[in-house]
Formats: sequence, C-alpha cells, structure tokens
Amino acid sequence: MRFAVIQFPGSNCDVDLLHAIRDGVGEEAEYVPHTAESLDGFDGVLLPGGFSYGDYLRSGAISRFSNVMSEVTRFAEEGKPVFGTCNGFQILVEAGLLPGALQRNENLHFICKTVELEVVNNRTKFTSEYDKQELLTIPVAHGEGNYYCDEETLSELKANDQIVFTYASDNPNGSVENIAGIINKQGNVLGMMPHPERAVEDLLGSSDGLRFFESMVKNFIKETAEV
Amino acid sequence: MKTLHEPTAEQIRDQKIYAQWGLTDEEYRMISEDIIKRLPNYTETGLFSVMWSEHCSYKNSKPVLRKFPTKGPQVLQGPGEGAGIVDIGDGQAVVFKAESHNHPSAVEPYEGAATGVGGIIRDIFSMGARPIAMLDSLRFGELDNERTKYLLEEVVAGIGGYGNCIGIPTVGGEIAFDPVYRGNPLVNAMCVGLIDHEDIQKGQAKGIGNTIMYVGAKTGRDGIHGATFASEEFSDEEEAERSAVQVGDPFMEKLLMEACLELIQDHSDILVGIQDMGAAGLVSSSSEMASKAGSGLILNLDDVPQREAGMTPYEMMLSESQERMLICVTKGSEDRVKELFSRYELDAVTIGEVTGDGQYRLYHEGRLVADLPVDALAEEAPVYHKPYTEPERIQAFKKLDAYKPDIKDTEETLKQLIQQPTVASKKSIFETYDSMVRTNTVVGPGSDAAVLRIRGTRKALAMTTDCNARYLYLDPEKGGQMAVAEAARNIVASGGEPLAITDCLNYGNPDKPEVFWELWTSADGIAKACTTLNTPVISGNVSLYNETNGEAIYPTPMIGMVGLVKDLDHVTTSEFKQAGDKIFVIGETEADFNGSELQKMQLGRIEGELFDFDIDKEKMIQDKVLQAIREGLIQSAHDCSEGGLAVALMESAFGNELGLSATLDMPSEWLFSESPSRFVLSVRPEHTEAVKEVFGQDAVEIGEVKDTRIAEILTQTEELTIDVKEVKDLWEGAIPWLLKSKA
Repeated sequence: MRFAVIQFPGSNCDVDLLHAIRDGVGEEAEYVPHTAESLDGFDGVLLPGGFSYGDYLRSGAISRFSNVMSEVTRFAEEGKPVFGTCNGFQILVEAGLLPGALQRNENLHFICKTVELEVVNNRTKFTSEYDKQELLTIPVAHGEGNYYCDEETLSELKANDQIVFTYASDNPNGSVENIAGIINKQGNVLGMMPHPERAVEDLLGSSDGLRFFESMVKNFIKETAEV
Repeated sequence: MKTLHEPTAEQIRDQKIYAQWGLTDEEYRMISEDIIKRLPNYTETGLFSVMWSEHCSYKNSKPVLRKFPTKGPQVLQGPGEGAGIVDIGDGQAVVFKAESHNHPSAVEPYEGAATGVGGIIRDIFSMGARPIAMLDSLRFGELDNERTKYLLEEVVAGIGGYGNCIGIPTVGGEIAFDPVYRGNPLVNAMCVGLIDHEDIQKGQAKGIGNTIMYVGAKTGRDGIHGATFASEEFSDEEEAERSAVQVGDPFMEKLLMEACLELIQDHSDILVGIQDMGAAGLVSSSSEMASKAGSGLILNLDDVPQREAGMTPYEMMLSESQERMLICVTKGSEDRVKELFSRYELDAVTIGEVTGDGQYRLYHEGRLVADLPVDALAEEAPVYHKPYTEPERIQAFKKLDAYKPDIKDTEETLKQLIQQPTVASKKSIFETYDSMVRTNTVVGPGSDAAVLRIRGTRKALAMTTDCNARYLYLDPEKGGQMAVAEAARNIVASGGEPLAITDCLNYGNPDKPEVFWELWTSADGIAKACTTLNTPVISGNVSLYNETNGEAIYPTPMIGMVGLVKDLDHVTTSEFKQAGDKIFVIGETEADFNGSELQKMQLGRIEGELFDFDIDKEKMIQDKVLQAIREGLIQSAHDCSEGGLAVALMESAFGNELGLSATLDMPSEWLFSESPSRFVLSVRPEHTEAVKEVFGQDAVEIGEVKDTRIAEILTQTEELTIDVKEVKDLWEGAIPWLLKSKA
C-alpha cells in the first residue's frame, strides 16, 4: 500500500507518519507537497500534525485552501482512505470532510502527555485490528483539541457509529462526550487528536498505534483482492 | 529624511552620545584616534557600540573563558562558531549550544523566552545540523507574588509557543526558585542538533566577488540595541523599555530552517558560509563572517528587505528582527538560491559581495555610510582584566558553625520539603511542551536526563541542564565544580558517557570586583571539573549585569551537557521498576546542610561554608555507575541532589507508585543532607553480588522495593511509615497550587 503524507507549510509530524508507515508497518510512504495537483498512484492519504501556516487565524483554516486539498476531497469522494491526526484532523474539519469543530483546550494550555483511549468502533477500515472497547495508550500533543459539535450532529454521530475513539479515563481537552476521534458517514475519512504514529515502538513507550496503520493496510489488501 | 536628524560626528563626540550606547571615553578615543583616525559618524558609532558590547565581544569575560578546556579528541568544533560540535562516531556528530535571554524575558516574558528559543535553534541549523531537542534552564523569584507568577507562566508559554510550533521537542531542563531572581529571572535555552560530518558549515564570507544574500523575515525596528540592552543592569524604571524586545514567528522559522537545511544538504557546491542574524543582527553576522575569512564586505542597504519605511542604516544594521539568516554563495548561483527559498515561500535577496581589502563598507541611497576595518568591529574590542575581590560574606560564612537543622517531625519536614517549588514536580509545566514530536524521545522530561535515540543506530544521546547556584553563592569554585559534576551525574544515571558541555554564565555586574570574583573563581571550578570529567566546553554564552536595583543574582553558570549512550540497552531511568529489587545508595552521606534546600526552607536564607566536594571521587563513582549500567546490572538510577536521600528515594518510588523498605544507619535529619557524589540505584536480587563487586565499599544496600505504596524507613532514631501516593500528590500539586493561590 502506498501512502501520501501531505506536507503543508508548518507541518511537523510528517516525519513521524513517514516512519510509522515505512518502519512500523513496512509499507510505502512519500511526502506530497501542499502544492501538488494530483494524488495519482497513492492508496491512502495521511494529513500530519503540526502547525500548518503557524495555526494563524485558526488551526487548519488556511491549509484547507491549499491546492492539494481539492485533490484530497476528490480522493475521499472516491471512497479511498484519508486519515488526519491532530492538525490533520483540524484541517479535515475545516475542509468539511468531517463534522464539528476543534476549540482551544478547556484549560487554555497546550497539553502533551500519554492518554488512555477507548476503541468505541472497531468496525472501520482504520480500527479493525483492535477489539471493541480495547484500551490503548497513545500520546496527545495539542492546544486546540477540544472537539465540539451541536446536539443534532452529536446524535447523528452516535446513530451512525461515527465516534471511533474516546478518552477513557482523563479527558485532556474538554471535548464533547470525551470524543477523541471520529469517522465520516461513508467510513473512509477518519480524524483524531491523538497521535497513533507516535505509538509504534515499545522503545518510545507504546506500540498500540501500530494496529491502526495495520488495519488500513489489511483492509486495503482485502478490498483490492475483492475487486 | 530621517538621517537629517542624526547627530553629526562632532556632536557625538562633544555630547558624548556614544556613552549612552555603552562605549567608554577610552573606547571612543581608540576608535577615533587609533583605528579609523577620524571621528566616526552616527552609523559607525552605532556599529562599534554593539559590536564592542559585552554580549558580542565578551570584552569582560574573555580572560575568564580562556580558563576552560575546549579541546579533546571528540571535539570537532569548539567555541567561536554558531555552536560547538562533538563526534559521536559513524560519521555523525552532535551540535549544541545554550544561550541566555534573561533581559528580554524580564521585560516581555512571552516574546523574550520565545525568541530565546528561536535564536538558539538558528545557531544549531546554521551549523548544518538538524535540531532534535530543546532544553530550558529557568530561574525565578519565589512564587509568592503576582509578578513572578506572571513571569513564570508567560516564559513557559513562550517556550512552548515557539518550540511546539516549530516541531522540535522540548525534552528537559530545570527550574529553580530563589528570591534573588525576582527582578531578574533567568531564561537559558539549549538546543541539540544532529549532523553528518560532511554537512558541517562555517559562518564565513570568503572568495572575492562572492555574493552575500539575506534570507528569511524582513527587517523592522524591533530589538534595536538588544545586545547593549543585555549588557546593562535593570532598575525599576526600565520595565518600560519595551522597544528592545523582539517578536518571534516560529512558523517563519520552521520554513527558514527547512530551506536552510535543504540548501546545506543538497547545494553544498554553491554554499560558502551561513550564519544566524542574532544579537546585533546584520552588523554582527556580516562582520563576523567577513572577519573570520579575512575578507572585506560591501553591503547595499537599499536592498535589505524592510518591514517599515524610512529605516536608517543605523536601524537596519542594529535591528534584531527574528528569523533572518545571512548566507554567502558563489557568484552566479543566486538564482538557484532564490528558486530554493521561493519553494518555501521565502525571499532570498542579494545585498552585497565579498571583497579582499578587509574593509566593511555600507552603502545607503548611493552614499557610503560606513567604512571601517572589519576586524576592528568583529575582533578588536578591548579586553578588560577586571579587578576582583572576595566578597565579605565568604569569610563571614567560614566563621559560622555548620547548620544544624531543627527537625521535630521528619515526615512533616519531608512533606514540606517536597513541596518547595525547586524540589516539587515540574510536570504541570513540561506537559505544556511537546516532548515527543519527531518520535525519538526515549526518556522525556522528569527523569535525570532526557534521552533521544539516533534513528537507524543503536545509539542515543542523553542531555541535561544543571546548576545549583546556592552552592556557588557559598563557594563559587567548589560550586562551579559541583554544577558540572551534577550534570555528569544525570547523564551517567541515564546510561550515557559525558561528552562535552555548553554553558550560560549568568552573573551580576562585573564592574563590581565582588561579582567579578564570583565569575573568575567559579570558572576555575568549572574548568577543573571539565578537565577531570573529560567534558570540554564547546560553546556557551555569558550574561552579565543580572542585577535589579544593585542586587546581583546568585552566580549561576548553567551547565548544559550531552552524553553518548552507546547502546539503547543502557538507557536507564530514575523510577523503581518492580517489587523485590534491592536498593543501593552509592556514595557517602554526612551532615551536609549548608546551602541545602532544607536550610533555605527553615532559615529563609542560605549561609555557612560549603561542604566538601572531591571531583576525583565523583569521577570514580560515576565511572562505576556507568560500568554497572553497561553490564546490565541496574534497574533504576537516580542522582541524589536537592533535598537529599529522602527526596531521591521518594522520587524513585513515585514513577511507578511503588513502596520501599529501607534501613539507614544515620540519624533521621541526614535524610535531607545534600552530600555530593551520591546515587540511588535499584538492582534485581540476582545482581546484588555483582553490584557489590563493582562498587566495593562505595555501595550500601539499604533495602528493597515493595509493591505497597508505603515507604518504611528505619533510621538510627526512628521508624518512618510514609504514604508514597500522598506525598506524590503533594509533590505534583505544589506548583499548580502556588500558581493558583493569591499572593
């Protein structure tokens, strides 16, 4: 499986995603600049964390207008997997590929630590290698990760099983219903604040994020075989 | 038009305007009579005043810095470039440096701290290295007033705001609190980078006809005379002096860093030299680049990208606008450079060329506005051998009896001590820093040293910053040795072999003989320890005039050290790992309370003669600890420092919330003694004999780790039963509580 790691000006977890794919799951990954006109030849798109455009104006608000984002949208409409972590999640929300918004953390401070995540939905192409309600140890590192949506959207998210991850014990940012990650209705665009790409080696504290990327790869192989 | 208002050369002389910029009468005379043999104009006087400031020229501290060992087989680049470089084998090297941003942070703490981080990062990538980690060493007054709380919160926010955005993990450092820092906090930032030998750059402008290009942010009026500002004392009135503080843009720096690293790695055929525009901005970077190469330089200031209209040559040359670099490239390659930088949406502009005559010439609006020998600016500032005298307190301290603590309730004393902000957990602070980005952080903030693996190898780098300034206040020479020793102890406890140090020498006004004596004698101590521990000084900076209303800070030479962990299996952390492991104390404990955290807590001040310290014994103990770690005998290792054994044992228990039982052949108050050269180790039962063999009589087995969350400690005088979780909550809660409580 060949992944595109999108580089916006100010992305800084791009290198982490690249290594998670290449060294963690042993698949192909290439950087794709924000100016790119095409995603041809890629099977999955990864939007990294960081501070694209310095988070000026609002996290992700400028990046959504990048050249490559219209391609990412088209890629998503074709049903191909798109994953955004942290700033990548913020960009997906700003671009309208996922519902809701990400506000500043409730305590107004940036927070970097390892949290416990619960897998709420393991029937997605990103989480199939996890057990339902499995607890994962995954780092967070963000200043604007407080997920918010209105009541109507929230009931819709619940009705469609779109809440994929929640903070299990300690909600670091004050998000609605402890939401840490959501998926679109079609099930191919997932955004989350925590960083599974930072949890692919025991040496660095956890390898619970590895199966996230393995799920993507296995489901891609399965789908390709079916075609 | 603005230039019309500039004073004439005669007015500068007659009204002694140069003195307002920090030049002395004698320095002005040297410039006008000995060097240029005419009166310098306004711009030229400004150039000399910043280049001859202490911050740029080290004119007061050079004789002190000469004491330091700077060479060794591992040193690839010593002091004098943007940062020092140390070989770590396999064609790789580690690049590091620390820099102070004390004065800007006292005035505008967020931007002061943020631009301190930005500046030191530029020093690292200007050498060609990829910055991989940041550490910060901070000093504040007591958290009993709103001003200090504000300073702490804003400095921390500034460090995080810059480091998090640019995507370099902030992995370590330390924070201490003492009343002497109230008006003059210390903000020292250290950056560590990784480089392949072949990519090492120099800040030089050589090759007649080669092109000088300006890259990065535009020049504005911010930070003018920042270097001179850093070389003056504070008084209460000067909190209004905001014009000298720069504003940072980490997003701009991220782009600049990536562009410069691409230039260095992929275009070495055209790149001649590269240097950060740091203190004293354009004048400092350009004159140093030319002087180092023995060249001259012509700069056309009309071509300098400007953020504001009508800037004068003086303003442009002295501006400390952030996120700017100066590069020298081969003639004819300008378009390649421009194309590269444009991909990062950055400007690269030709502003001058290299000449062969050693003159520094600036043109503005068609006029020659400065024409000076470049070496006079960059190299020939006078060097002062300041008079020094021992402060009276030193002899007075020697006459005092050794401090005897007054302890009625040992457990209560421990609980109070562990909540002293210098000892208390800094978790609430370091959790606001991204310590993991770039996914190399094996050991993050909170252990003795941070450890980052070097991807693609079995090696790792351990790094720390340390300085117990109270010890230096009592005895600068011994305290200087101990600062280096503690840094090395932290590296060794983490499984690393100390390689080299950087330093930030923070002192008061060197014009006072007592302050200069502190600087002079502590440098002897640092030099001695560096020689014994084989850790040369490869870079650093000097921050003098750290005084408020005539009161100096404690002598505070922050030591930043990097060590090499030869194999990832050697990485060791401070927390106990599992019940049943045996606990050892390495090193001797005596009744050493002068200068201790306990003395400060109980007396409200520190005093007395500093206890004994033996650097050779320290080295011997460190070597044995490293040997034991490398032999795989050690489960956890923790340096024993502020707060003594009591704190070291509790901190070892906190990590995994384990308990312990220990028997200590000493009176209870010795639990708080700060005798140097000690470690707390835990060892699997099957390795205890091997450990005893390594250490001989330097190791005492005191007990074992329990799974009870209770610390049972039996001393000569009593049996203590301490709830580990309760004390941990106090330890973690202390700083958030102090910040929230109303003064």
